[in-house]
Formats: sequence, structure tokens, C-alpha cells
Amino acid sequence: MTSQYNHIITDEKVITINDLHKSFGELTVLNGVKLDIYKGENVAVLGRSGSGKSVLIKIIAGLLKPDSGTVSVLGQEVDKITEKELRTLRLKIGFSFQNSALYDSMTVRENIAFPLRGNTEKLTQKEINIKVEEVLDAVGLIQTINQMPSELSGGQRKRIGIARTLILKPELMLYDEPTSGLDPITCIEINNLIKEVQERYNTSAIIITHDLTCAKTTANRVALLIEGNFLTQGTFEEVFDTEDETVKIFFDYNFIT
Amino acid sequence: MKTNRKVYVISKNLDPFFLGIYSAYQFVGRYFREAFKPPFEFTELKKQCYAIGVKSLPLITLTGFVTGVVFTKQSRPSLQDLGAVSWLPSLIAIALVRALAPLITSLISAGKIGSNIGAQLGSMRVTEQIDAIDVSGVNAFKYLVVTRVTATTLMIPILMMYFAFVGLIGSFLNVSMGENTSFISYFQEALSPISFLDVLTGLFKSIMYGLTIGLVGSYKGYNATRGTEGVGKAANMAVVVSMFLIFVEEIIIVQLSGWIRLAQ
Repeated sequence: MTSQYNHIITDEKVITINDLHKSFGELTVLNGVKLDIYKGENVAVLGRSGSGKSVLIKIIAGLLKPDSGTVSVLGQEVDKITEKELRTLRLKIGFSFQNSALYDSMTVRENIAFPLRGNTEKLTQKEINIKVEEVLDAVGLIQTINQMPSELSGGQRKRIGIARTLILKPELMLYDEPTSGLDPITCIEINNLIKEVQERYNTSAIIITHDLTCAKTTANRVALLIEGNFLTQGTFEEVFDTEDETVKIFFDYNFIT
Repeated sequence: MKTNRKVYVISKNLDPFFLGIYSAYQFVGRYFREAFKPPFEFTELKKQCYAIGVKSLPLITLTGFVTGVVFTKQSRPSLQDLGAVSWLPSLIAIALVRALAPLITSLISAGKIGSNIGAQLGSMRVTEQIDAIDVSGVNAFKYLVVTRVTATTLMIPILMMYFAFVGLIGSFLNVSMGENTSFISYFQEALSPISFLDVLTGLFKSIMYGLTIGLVGSYKGYNATRGTEGVGKAANMAVVVSMFLIFVEEIIIVQLSGWIRLAQ
């Protein structure tokens, strides 16, 4: 697959998940999950609320520990590496949170510049400003640079959250419910932004969502997480062109039949 | 069968208690490990010192002054009955340096600073801001916890000394309204019985209280759960647990300093 930005999907694996299990007390959330993500590929993980989608990407980002199984991200097993190695690995991962998770006490400029603290490369204030303006321009919100997060709309907060991850030029993006709580037009804008990030920055991504329009627009491949395991995987058409009742119910409830 | 049920209920209630103690122990251990390991977050530390120290000055000034005035006013009649009014400055100074300044400063700080740290970190936890710091490759514990705990440990002793000073001024003003005493002679009289051990004990106490307030507030906030309810609970528990521990530490330190005084 190619685009105006020379974006290519290769057969190099950036994430390999094998037999992943995770429980909270007696509640089993992930039950033997297996998933491969290839370089340059966007994969949408679909599932109902509480099906373990967010837990899955939190394990990938090293925020949660799996009970068993292996998770290899950019060639490193996240639950087996040291804290220091994990921090270095995280510099290559962008995580867009469901509620944006912008730092309340900082301006948009400070929010976006914040991840540069963890970067080993020492930058001057001028270089930091150039980088901040560059990513804000990429998400089309340069005018908000001196505003506080409380002054932004939900859609703007999502975009700033994505911009904050882009400042380190990540190889892998993790989007947690990028369109939840947004109006349809803002959803389209966010979907287009996710697609543009993939092509412009040549990233791979996991997009956690229960929004089928988002999955159809942004993902090269779709995986349906039901009861702690992937029921089916493939292109959007392959997954939903089925007679399986569980898949059909999920599809019908999204009103795009 | 009934016994089994009782054992189950007791163990179900005790498990979280012991797990909580273990988790607090790990948290404190992590603070000491991270605090002395580079890189250091000096900019954030300065910001926290300003927020904790400078912004507490109006409250400490007011309470210190009122304590000095009230304590002098309340003590004067009893000393007058004993014919020992001349001891008043020394009595006030000893009371302030040994007990009142460290204790009142830390109790006020537990309410103002401890609850603030608990609520701040708690809301950052439930809105995933702490996770966001972690995934951006920055050490959230070092950036948020180490800076706050170090700032309280550094600032509470300074606030304590300031409290004692303002308290003595309050006391002097109260005394000078009734008698013709000069500022210098009052302070000479007040500070003459203060020993190095008194100052050292007061400082040690306030360092311990500062550490306690910072650690408890940060621990409660950093481990907050369950949305806004959890934030409120974290702020509340930060104050309650800090105050409880401050009183426990007060008893222990007073006992230890008493033994040292006897041994001298």
C-alpha cells in the first residue's frame, strides 16, 4: 500500500502478542490473546465496553503487567525489561488517551513540550518551540498554543493529545477510543488525522474503538475482541461479511448496516 | 462451619490492611531510592518549594502570631500568681521552639499541603495524567512524588522556624502593651534558656513531619482510584493519616529527647 507520503506496510512485525492472559480478581479480561501488528499498519481493535480493549494497550505500553503470555514491542518484551529500558522504549511509542489526559496545570505549549524532558537529546528553548509549533501545525491547532486545556473543546483536546505524542516522532501509536464522546463531524476530523499521522509519520498503530466508522476509515485490519479473545481478524469487509451471530449483533448495534 | 466463616471474614479484612502496609513500605523505599539517583528534577522541585513554602506564609504568619499572643495572655495570670512574670519570655520561647512551632506548623501543613498533594495527585491519577507522564518516557514518580516529598521535607523546618519567630513577635507585642520592654531585651530574655538540643530537636521533628506529610499525601494521591470519590478520599485520608502519624512521632521524639536531656 502506498500514499502521497510514501507510506508502506511491510512484513516486519512491530508488536507480537502470544497467549496473553490478564485477570482482575476473579474477572478474566484477556484470555489467551494472540495478535501481530506489522510495520506501517493500522489495526483497529473492536469490542464492547469492558471487553478488555484498553487493558490490552495498557499492557502493550507497560502500564499494566500481564498474568501470563508474551508481549513483544519493537523487538523488546515489555514485561521483562528494566524500568530504564521501558522508558527508552516508550520514547518510540505514542499513547493517545481516551480523555486526552492533558496536564491541567500546563499550557498547550508546555503539554506538548513535556515528553521532550525524557528525551536524551538536549534541545535549546528555540528548538523546542520549533518542534512544538511543527506538531501543532500538523494537527491544525497552532492558534491554541498559549491556551490552557480547560479552554479547549473535546475535539481540540483529542488533537492536542495526539500532537503531544507526535513530538517524539513515534514508530508506534496507541489510540484509546479516539472518537468517543465527540460529535460526528469532529469524529471524521479525528479519523482523518489518524490516517494522516499513519501516512505522514509512517507509524504503525492500534486503534481501540467501538466505533465502526472509525475502524473502517482508519484501519488496514480489524480485530474483534469478544470475551477476552479475538473472535475474528481481517479487513473490515472480511470481518463483517459474515453470518456469525455475535459479529452481526455487534455490527447492527452500530447502525451502519 | 461458623469458625471457618469467621476466619474468612477476618482474613478478608486483614489482607488489604497488610497489603496496604506493604505497599506503603514499598512506596517509601522507592522514594529514598529515587531521591538520590540522577537525573534530578530541580525546576519542578523549586516550583514545589515555592508552592509549599512561600504560599503557606500568610497562614503560618497568622497562626504563629495568634499563638504567641494567646499563649502569652493565658500564661501571664498563672505566672503572676507565682510571682514569676519575668520568666514569661523564656517560657514562651521554650514552648514555641520545643513543642508548639513544630507541632502547629505541621498540623496546619497537613491540612493545607497534605490535602493539596493528595487531591492534586489523586485527580492526576484518575484522569490518567500520571499514566500519560509515564508513557511519554518521563519517570512520573520522580517528577511528581520525589519533588513534592523533598519540598515538604525542606520547607516545613523553615516554616517552623518562621512560626516560632512570628510567635515571639506576637508575644513581645502583647508583653510590651503592659510593660515597657525593648524588643532586644525581650528577645535576649526569651532566647537565653534555648539550648542547641532544643533547636536540634525542633528541627528534627519538623523534618520528620515534613517527610510524613509529603509521603502520606503523595501515597494517597498516587494510588487513588474510583474517580472523583477517590480524589476526595485521597485528600481526606492524606490529612487524617498525616495528623495521626505526626502525633505518634511527637510522642516518640519527645521521649527520645527527654532521655538525651537526662543523659547530659
